Amino acid sequence: MRHRRTAIALAVLLAFLTLAAGPGLVPSRAQARVQIEFWHGLTGVLGTTLEKIAADFNATQSAYQVNATFKGTYPQTMVAAVAAFRAGNAPAIVQMFEVGTATMMAAKGAVKPVHELFKEAGIPFDVSVYLPGVRSYYSSAEGKLVALPFNSSTPVLWWNKDAFRKAGLDPNKGPATWEEVRAAAQRIRAASAAPCGLSTAWPTWTQFETFSSMHDVPFATKANGFEGMDTELMINSPLHVRHLQFLMDMQREGTFKYGGRDSAGDALFPSGECAILTASSALRARVLREAKFDFGMGYFPVYADVVKGTPKNSVIGGAAFWVMTSPRRTAQEYKGVAEFFKYVSTPEVMAKWHIDTGYVPITHTAVTLAQASGYYTQNPGTDIPIKQLTRSRPTKSSSGLRLGNMPEIRVVIQEEMERAFQGQQTAKQALDSAVRRGNEILRRFQRENTGQ
Amino acid sequence: MQRRVVFDNRVLPYLLLAPQLAVTLVFFFWPAGQAVYQSMMRQDPFGFSARFVWFENFAEVLRDPFYLSSLRLTVVFSAAVILLAMSSGLGLAIMADRQIRGSALYKMLLMWPYAVAPAVAAALWLFIFHPAIGIIGRGLNSAGVRWDYLLNGAQAMTLVVIASAWKQVSYNFIFFLAGLQSIPKSVLEASAVDGAAGREQFWRVIMPLLSPTTFFLLVVNINYAFFETFGVIHSLTGGGPGKATETLIFKVYSDGVLNLHLGSSAAQSVVLLLIIILLTAVQFRYTERRVHY
Repeated sequence: MRHRRTAIALAVLLAFLTLAAGPGLVPSRAQARVQIEFWHGLTGVLGTTLEKIAADFNATQSAYQVNATFKGTYPQTMVAAVAAFRAGNAPAIVQMFEVGTATMMAAKGAVKPVHELFKEAGIPFDVSVYLPGVRSYYSSAEGKLVALPFNSSTPVLWWNKDAFRKAGLDPNKGPATWEEVRAAAQRIRAASAAPCGLSTAWPTWTQFETFSSMHDVPFATKANGFEGMDTELMINSPLHVRHLQFLMDMQREGTFKYGGRDSAGDALFPSGECAILTASSALRARVLREAKFDFGMGYFPVYADVVKGTPKNSVIGGAAFWVMTSPRRTAQEYKGVAEFFKYVSTPEVMAKWHIDTGYVPITHTAVTLAQASGYYTQNPGTDIPIKQLTRSRPTKSSSGLRLGNMPEIRVVIQEEMERAFQGQQTAKQALDSAVRRGNEILRRFQRENTGQ
Repeated sequence: MQRRVVFDNRVLPYLLLAPQLAVTLVFFFWPAGQAVYQSMMRQDPFGFSARFVWFENFAEVLRDPFYLSSLRLTVVFSAAVILLAMSSGLGLAIMADRQIRGSALYKMLLMWPYAVAPAVAAALWLFIFHPAIGIIGRGLNSAGVRWDYLLNGAQAMTLVVIASAWKQVSYNFIFFLAGLQSIPKSVLEASAVDGAAGREQFWRVIMPLLSPTTFFLLVVNINYAFFETFGVIHSLTGGGPGKATETLIFKVYSDGVLNLHLGSSAAQSVVLLLIIILLTAVQFRYTERRVHY
């Protein structure tokens, strides 16, 4: 009873104040917009381009205000979001890199799945516009979209046309198979056309994740972890060992150079150091800006004797938008998030983002729009990443990875590769050890998330 | 006869101490307590399922062969950094202490590295020694030396030791210089009259008189090598290649922040805390006896 009386008294008071303040309220309408916090992890031009999209969204309507804030690199953003969630004030939207996917999906109470978000907001959302490889990466085991894919890229092969010319190779035809890559690297070194033949950025993402996907061999059991947390790594298969041995042989003969962990290898291509590089398709903006030579971009190579016919699709990288819960989150905020997601998924925004940044357009409609704008005819080869992602139906081994603590597993694989390249162990030992250590990490993740 | 200051007011001394105590409580005891508490919990990153596991995290950490190799590596790394930073600091201080033209300028220049942030220092060293973009790194490779710290563990270790020591030389230099300047001229002259010169004078007269400074710097340098070298390692090698430069403090970071194993990371920082308490206690107990104040 007492509560109700207090409530009535408050309501009367509030009504009175509102009347009294009447005209004064009108200008403050703008501040009455629902505030939506959005944390992202993109630096430089990419960050400002993303913030521009949020600003454009704010300009199209007056009900919501999306505040895009840079929170550090992807891992830093992830940690910041986890800490904020524990403190009870997680942002409404957080941009999370692809290897954080399993960790986020396991945190069921912290995340609002995107398909639920749209349903509750009453906004129709067609997931079939997303490219299959992209959709599967961010979908639950039941095939429901959990996070909104946004900036995605995929590994491709970059080659230096000037160095190819100097070595007497056809500059307009990049190597399509690993055998061709090695032959080209040998010619380049023999002709001293470049100080280094082949190198790679993101060693695990390119040489293991994408490599497995394109050759249609599993990276881990249980459909790469999609079908259960009791998954185990399978990267010590004969094909994986063969490939690491191949790179080690190339290193020994001086045609391959290990470029460092994660993105460290990126620098080796635009500087002219290495004539061939396997790296992200999103390296394009940097190559355009820094390279003082003619370059080409082609499909990620495969072993011709293993792949019969068309190789499978490559895996995506980059990041997606996750909706986070919070004790104080209102239905209005979720509605605003849904509206913002709808806006960023429109073909216009998506195609512009693709052309501005070099990330892959991830919806069929955006691809069509980019085609119609004549971008691909003016910039030949820029559609290769999309073709590589879509040229075959994804299989269980090419639908991406759903492995807990994947960032840590990547470090383990890189460490074991580094020891192999230093000559401290054989290819087989390196990958056996990576599998053993990786499985320990997976078991720990399983224990932590099942409370055992 | 010792002069003692006695406060009449009983409350005032506590009030005067309060700000410092508050800072210590909030920024030291509270987080340290949290670390101890977390070190006995096993939980997922988001804190949905947290279980109290007593000392299981510690047992796991101490059984981990990678942790033990990181411990060995930290001992080697710290010893190398301390030796290099302190001997160079002392050497430079002795030279700057002489009557030379423009010594004020030298002193100022020698102080500079201390003002450089660890990450910036690492970037500077990277631009010098990176095998592909560094000036000396490229030079070494074209001269036929296979220099590649991204793949060679020993080279990576050498590089982080040099970069870490370089940052600490300034600090040691200043304190050694002040220590040298506070040695009374009369003592040096008296020893010279007694026939001590050069090396003998240095080891028999100067070094013992410098021992308080050396002792103080040893404590500071150990703390530096254990904790503050994180920035340099993070920016230069990221703990690699393999685990060749993963020191204890870097492992706390990579397990806690990157891999989100909060329990294990907390247990490691508690172990680190104990190591430092132990080292400092041992130093005060034994080394201090030999220090002449």
